[in-house]
Amino acid sequence: MTQQEALFQYLLRLGDNALILGQRLSEWCGHAPVLEQDIAITNLALDLIGQARNWLTLAGEVEGKGRNEDQLAYLRDARDFHNLLLVEQPNEDWAHTIVRQFLFDQFNYLLHNELQHSTDERVAAIAAKSLKEIKYHLKYSSEWMVRLGDGTEESHNRMQRALDALWRYSSEAFLTDEIDQLMAEAGIGPDLHKLEPLYHQYVAQVLDEATLQPPTDTYMQRGGKQGLHTEFLGYILAEMQFLQRAYPNMQW
Amino acid sequence: MRKNDANASSKKLADCILASFEQRPFFDQKAIEMNKDWPLWEVFIRAKNGLSHKHAGSLHAADAQMAIENARDVYCRRNEGVSIWVVESKYITASDPEDADALFEPAQDKIYRHPTFYNLPDEVKHI
Repeated sequence: MTQQEALFQYLLRLGDNALILGQRLSEWCGHAPVLEQDIAITNLALDLIGQARNWLTLAGEVEGKGRNEDQLAYLRDARDFHNLLLVEQPNEDWAHTIVRQFLFDQFNYLLHNELQHSTDERVAAIAAKSLKEIKYHLKYSSEWMVRLGDGTEESHNRMQRALDALWRYSSEAFLTDEIDQLMAEAGIGPDLHKLEPLYHQYVAQVLDEATLQPPTDTYMQRGGKQGLHTEFLGYILAEMQFLQRAYPNMQW
Repeated sequence: MRKNDANASSKKLADCILASFEQRPFFDQKAIEMNKDWPLWEVFIRAKNGLSHKHAGSLHAADAQMAIENARDVYCRRNEGVSIWVVESKYITASDPEDADALFEPAQDKIYRHPTFYNLPDEVKHI
């Protein structure tokens, strides 16, 4: 694998994480528990979709086959998506949405914090811009973790249930492969093994404050980064890509 | 009219006047406490440094931190501000519209309170 091919895949991972989680969060639009959170969660969705546009545009340039952000977002099949399994998990209730968001935000923050110093200036620029948004996302989801975890008996139980259900997807980000290694060697991406202890340290702090028990089950699902997804991604794409599939090249 | 009746009557009038001068809470405290919804907060936004905070609207939030974040998402999405204040609506005391006559009308005919009777020297600028 050449460095250019690896970078292309790496950028798809970054773009697809943001795109798929943004699409998931946008499902709350008009359905969130209260009006204010409806606006808050869709703001997060818009931030993420904005980040996805930047990453996918750059991915298209790096690939050099003339594909733009829209073609990459709307005309790839599930097998060619490289997002983490975590971000495609369903919204379920507010607890699942917040736990998923928190587990991802913490990783995403550490990742972008390193990416802003990437040797690739284009990567560094997009990361620095996104980092401000991601900082807010992390603050938002961490506060909700504590508010609901250390809230009522009902909210605590729902949060623990969500945490138990999503935990197996929490470490996929740190299970490295050839692409992660190539990017780390080139100084484009960080050494994920160095970020992992920080991740678990911060997550443990918030869980402790939220009075939630870290699950003891340490089996971790993987595959998303390599294009092997859970059943949920197909349904997301069916909805997200319908228009371009049914009416190719349709313009807004 | 007997003397006692007159006393009682004037006392009643005094009570009415005093009651009308009592400042009323903006929202009924008991209604808020009985409500299971999150409390209401008033939001004040400073548009840019040097300007004062202006009332932007209100929203619901479970605590002060959430109120700030909700205000950021609801009222600062389009670059409206550089600073946010929030205060629970129950802590705001408002004037009674029925007192408007007594509170505001006396100022209407006191035009001499406007600084329009002075001849400003040409050298003085920025006034």
